[in-house]
Amino acid sequence: MKRTDLRKILIIGSGPIVIGQGCEFDYSGVQAVKALRREGYEIVLANSNPATVMTDPEMAEATYIEPLTVDSVAAIIRKERPDALLPTLGGQTALNVATGLAKSGVLAECGVEMIGANADAIARAEDRNLFKAAMSELGLDMPKSGSAHSPEEAQRIAADIGSWPLIIRPGFTLGGTGGGIAHDADEFDEIVSRGLEASLNHEVLIEESLVGWKEFEMEVMRDKAGNAVIVCSIENLDPMGVHTGDSITVAPIQTLTDREYQSMRDDSIRVLEKIGIETGGSNVQWAVNPETGRRVIIEMNPRVSRSSALASKATGFPIAKIAALLAIGYTLDELKNDITQATPACFEPALDYVVVKVPRFTFEKFPGADRRLGTQMKSVGEAMAIGRTFKQAYLKAIRSLEAPLSGHDAEKFDPWFRRELGEIEEFRKFLSHNPHNPDLLRQAKVFGFSDKDIAATSGTDEDAVRKTRLSLGIRPEYGEVDTCAGEFAAKAPYYYSYYSTSDFGLRPSGLATADALRLKSPKSEVAGPKSSPRKIMVLGGGPNRIGQGIEFDWCCCHAAFALRKMGIEVVMVNSNPETVSTDYDTSDKLYFEPLTFEDVMEVYERERCDGAIVQFGGQTPLNLAERLAAAGVNVLGTSPHDIALAEDRDFFRALVNEVGVKQPPSGIAHSVDDALKIAGEIGYPVLVRPSFVLGGRGMAIVYHEDRLREYVEEAVKISEGAPILIDKFLTHAIELDVDCVADGKTCVVGAILEHIEAAGCHSGDAAAVTPPVSLTAETIAEVEHIARTFAARLNVCGLMNIQLAVKDGEVWMIEVNPRASRTVPFVSKAVGWSLAGAAARCMAGEKLADVVGGSIRPSSYFCAKEAVFPFVKFPGADITLTPEMKSTGEVMAFGADAATAYYKSQIAAGSPLPLPGQGGIVLCIRNEDKAEVVELAKTLDKLGYEIWATRGTSTALWKAGIESNALYKIPLGSPNTLDLIRRGKVKWIVNTREDGESAAHDSVKIRTAATLAGVPVTTTLAGFAEAVRGMAATASSTGMPPRSLQEWHAARD
Amino acid sequence: MNAALLEKWKKERERKAYLALDDGTVFHGVAFGAEKDALGEVVFNTGMSGYQEILTDPSYAAQFVTLTTAEVGNYGINPEDVESRGLFLSGLVIGDLTEPSNWRSEKSLDDYLKENGVPGIYGVDTRALTLHIREHGNRKAYLRVIDPEIPESSAIARACEWEGLDGQDYAAKVTCEKSYEFRLRTSDFGLRKRKSEVLSLKSLPHVVCYDFGVKTNILRSLASWAKVTVVPAKTTAEDVLAMKPDGVFLSNGPADPAAVTYAIENIKKLLETGKTPLMGICLGHQLLSLACGAKMGRLKFGHHGCNHPVKNLATGRAEITSQNHNFAVVPESIPSCLEVTHINLNDGSIEGVRHKTLPAFSVQYHPESCPGPHASTYLFDEFRKLIFASKNTKDTKAGSGHL
Repeated sequence: MKRTDLRKILIIGSGPIVIGQGCEFDYSGVQAVKALRREGYEIVLANSNPATVMTDPEMAEATYIEPLTVDSVAAIIRKERPDALLPTLGGQTALNVATGLAKSGVLAECGVEMIGANADAIARAEDRNLFKAAMSELGLDMPKSGSAHSPEEAQRIAADIGSWPLIIRPGFTLGGTGGGIAHDADEFDEIVSRGLEASLNHEVLIEESLVGWKEFEMEVMRDKAGNAVIVCSIENLDPMGVHTGDSITVAPIQTLTDREYQSMRDDSIRVLEKIGIETGGSNVQWAVNPETGRRVIIEMNPRVSRSSALASKATGFPIAKIAALLAIGYTLDELKNDITQATPACFEPALDYVVVKVPRFTFEKFPGADRRLGTQMKSVGEAMAIGRTFKQAYLKAIRSLEAPLSGHDAEKFDPWFRRELGEIEEFRKFLSHNPHNPDLLRQAKVFGFSDKDIAATSGTDEDAVRKTRLSLGIRPEYGEVDTCAGEFAAKAPYYYSYYSTSDFGLRPSGLATADALRLKSPKSEVAGPKSSPRKIMVLGGGPNRIGQGIEFDWCCCHAAFALRKMGIEVVMVNSNPETVSTDYDTSDKLYFEPLTFEDVMEVYERERCDGAIVQFGGQTPLNLAERLAAAGVNVLGTSPHDIALAEDRDFFRALVNEVGVKQPPSGIAHSVDDALKIAGEIGYPVLVRPSFVLGGRGMAIVYHEDRLREYVEEAVKISEGAPILIDKFLTHAIELDVDCVADGKTCVVGAILEHIEAAGCHSGDAAAVTPPVSLTAETIAEVEHIARTFAARLNVCGLMNIQLAVKDGEVWMIEVNPRASRTVPFVSKAVGWSLAGAAARCMAGEKLADVVGGSIRPSSYFCAKEAVFPFVKFPGADITLTPEMKSTGEVMAFGADAATAYYKSQIAAGSPLPLPGQGGIVLCIRNEDKAEVVELAKTLDKLGYEIWATRGTSTALWKAGIESNALYKIPLGSPNTLDLIRRGKVKWIVNTREDGESAAHDSVKIRTAATLAGVPVTTTLAGFAEAVRGMAATASSTGMPPRSLQEWHAARD
Repeated sequence: MNAALLEKWKKERERKAYLALDDGTVFHGVAFGAEKDALGEVVFNTGMSGYQEILTDPSYAAQFVTLTTAEVGNYGINPEDVESRGLFLSGLVIGDLTEPSNWRSEKSLDDYLKENGVPGIYGVDTRALTLHIREHGNRKAYLRVIDPEIPESSAIARACEWEGLDGQDYAAKVTCEKSYEFRLRTSDFGLRKRKSEVLSLKSLPHVVCYDFGVKTNILRSLASWAKVTVVPAKTTAEDVLAMKPDGVFLSNGPADPAAVTYAIENIKKLLETGKTPLMGICLGHQLLSLACGAKMGRLKFGHHGCNHPVKNLATGRAEITSQNHNFAVVPESIPSCLEVTHINLNDGSIEGVRHKTLPAFSVQYHPESCPGPHASTYLFDEFRKLIFASKNTKDTKAGSGHL
């Protein structure tokens, strides 16, 4: 039964998107918040990530977009006084904060109960030794291991374990250096001695290697009565040794007998009981020796996870929602199965389909990074696909990726998967030997091949295959994700396409029973007929990648919310299992399908939609816009033609000239000679990029000819022959992002964001504040005028993002994107109304004035956004910000002034700048910045910071009367910056890049070491300046209680 | 190109075999397993693993089992996971057939069906078939494999003409020929520890098990603490009592409980002794209920799967159970001597009963699992306690456990 002694519950989110912690926690958080509010609880929510649906102001009573640190959440607790804290929905971040809160005593002090999982249970699951002890008490097998402090001790341990290979991990090193896998005694001795040397505490951990073992996951739910169910079982194609987040995975498990499965099921439930998970969902991971069947436990996560999000989407069982309801006292048998709405949640979903998840990588963003897959997760997103066979699901998943599948070693997959994949390739060959054979077409579709795949085998094009296919009447069936394999009628299902070999049907014959005459065709499962006056399709963004992530999914969700409020039926199409858009109650109908022309068209026609929104999901649906329109899809909002016009350089330049805005001189190069000629004319530095890319892929600032030559040669390869765009690069300009909504006639500017970093850093990577701090009223008026003019000229209906640069009071046009931009959720949170929702309503035909009426109010506060980077996962990659986007996520912070907001955003981004006395600051400043640095250093000096500086900088400071410790350049001696990082003496490094070429070798070393040691590095003078102001402002305003989003918004009135 | 694959793909394109339902619906696919036609009733099972246990479960006698799970054959066939001495089903209907990969696998599903004379059909849209059964109930069907050129209408006619399962005593067809003692083998892993605990007792209780189509794991479960004698379905109560049983077990089995009249009579006699502990599973449960005066009804499409939630009314705990039945006790017919102990949380149907005055209880579902979850194995312990309680009145406390 529901607990009535609780009234107010605090939920902690997972903060910015990072590798290993993506938007799945927004999905779980949203489910939980909605479920608990429906039960009448008051929700306090803490999360620093503005691009989340959970932080929408209407989701909770009080939403704190604040840093997810113990101090910051403790302040929220002291202010809000919640009765309970639910820590299991916000990933590892929330779990860590909750553990910290428990340890700090604030929970006890404020009488806050941890529900879902208590601190002891979390510790038992997370602490290696406690976990090991608990598992051996259960009698479960674990990998054999031991730690050694000498070669002799190491040899004894190796003998105890008794099998090769062995994994050796040195304790306490920077970046896990010095470890390895030993296949024999000689190798072992060598790695152990190297490891002991590399280890700061002279210790190595030696562990039995499970590399090559089969890996399985069980998603378990348990309630306080002890009822437990397995929601989903997952098998990894990549065996042990590859992080499960990077593995191709399949549900349900394919290669275990019932006996093996059930014994794993029993043990998984026992693990939850033993760890003490009183209620909620957990993920239990197992490894199985493929030769002997020996099974060992790997780990358990006492919380919802990426796997549980996948399990929820794969089965229709909403783990996070149920976990939240169990945490407040319900038992599984008291809760309803949402999908059937007739049976209870106390059951185990039965799948009559196969689900395949494939990871999406972005190694191309990080030259120099190791691309081999290992125990460190490297993927930034994933696609999920459903089919009636493994082959169908696999091929659909692969085409959902929009990128080649890289890094996996299929030779190491279980023979069952190898054979399935082998048959796919054999059939592909068979097709290419028998092109244009219509008999084979259906079979190819049943295999799971797309029209495009089939065209590629026969040398024709996709349209030709499509035409043949349609003429033969080969169309997909649609199955339901109904949790019960068809046993019960589903009320709120979602759909996946499949091609069936079956040509079954009713054979009316004199002998058939009378009953038969009343039978409908069994194929009529998914009704296409129109059930509401208007039906609009929203196309999602597919797998997350750098440059196209949660921000676009947020826009798609807001489109769905707004349209449904208008009484329009929304059909969502997406393949990303982490998202809120693929939650079954975000839209009226959800199609879990690849975002390709073929798959989208089939859904559009089956559902007989009235229109489709393509401008919210990022580049993926946008790339389909023209073909969809040509095939008869009513593309809503700004027309594909106008979207293309904005990308047309000649048209755009003419438009810019006509409107009378300045634009950096530019040119288009098709060859190296072209490029050199253009750059010579417009003058270096130049900004170069391939045309038609999102996320600044392949973009660079080039300072001289040699590098340009190199760049163009490579870029031509990346962009498959698309031309190279060359612009004059404006040095030391202020860059602006302007987000607007238009209805085809009028346009409203949502907000102007001023970048902290000077132009040249990708706008997705730049820190920014809004409202702008250094623009005059005239400049702001000019910016708004430009926005309105361009919206009108491009017939924008929906969202528009403009990037401008301001230099010496003059406004320069950089680009206009008539579509959703990454900053839309941030801006919406800042201004207190949803730009995406408003845009969707305009696209559905409403007038802008009616939509945003009273929403536009001047701001009395400032918001800052900071990006978060994955460099720690890619040792060796340069962490300098460039026009190529590299961040995975972002945080938001509010403040009464811009500096405070910025300072707080640094804390939220996980780069907390030290307080005076906490550690030194290293200044390594390029020559042209030195004059400005002196002023900032004075402030730091006054605040009491210890300053270290490289020789040139130190001299400049000394001349201005500021004392600093001088540092050597790394090769020249000690002390140098690397020493300081290693000795933990320095807590902040300011290293402004050398103008000109890629950072010097020293810089890369310093940045890498700092990243691994968790020391924040600021690489721009502007960022440094804002941070120093923030430090000063914070020093004078400590102890202020945090304010909720709702309070900030109310302050606008 | 791989010739075997080319041949397989060709067969898949031709799709000559078909399953003809008595309502005139025909599902085409590819034949595998034994090359023979078959008649039977079509049921579906939603379990995602356990095809080997399902194939060897005698309760599926004269039925076409449609497995809703997408891929079948994946882990092959091993010598341990068999649930009876043979295969009694009419045929297997699946979506996709794959080659095996598992360290215990010794042969493929295809070969196993061939060896055991059971036909199969794959490439069927099992979801469409399942929804059809859900809407229209279990259907009689004819599987045509041998000569697909014969018109479909004749197969439909054969299905219509077939007598079906209602009123048929299939227990008599699948039961053992003569009684025997069941002994655990070393391959029955997981149970040995319990056995050694119990073996330290002076003497094992003697359980006589009526074989109406008993699954081996029931026998394994009982044999972990008892000497088990398995007797043919038609063994009289007198003969059973002559074996001096400490308890009598009524097994699962196929088809219509109402047709197994002799068993109902025997059970009545056993109940009349007033002191013979009885436990029933599935058909055994139905027979016990009938013997106590309850009535049986047919469910529209039965319960067949591994994920059915059952609530134990005594403890309030929900168990995820393994199920396989088409008939169920009609709730309104429960006689005053019986108490309902378990209910199905999906549809509220009766899943377990206990006699209010006599040492007898039964469940509709399968606590022996195989396939399915192990959440209900406590029921065998309850039976053991019931036996010990009757054997030794000093031990009555142990006998009052939760049923």
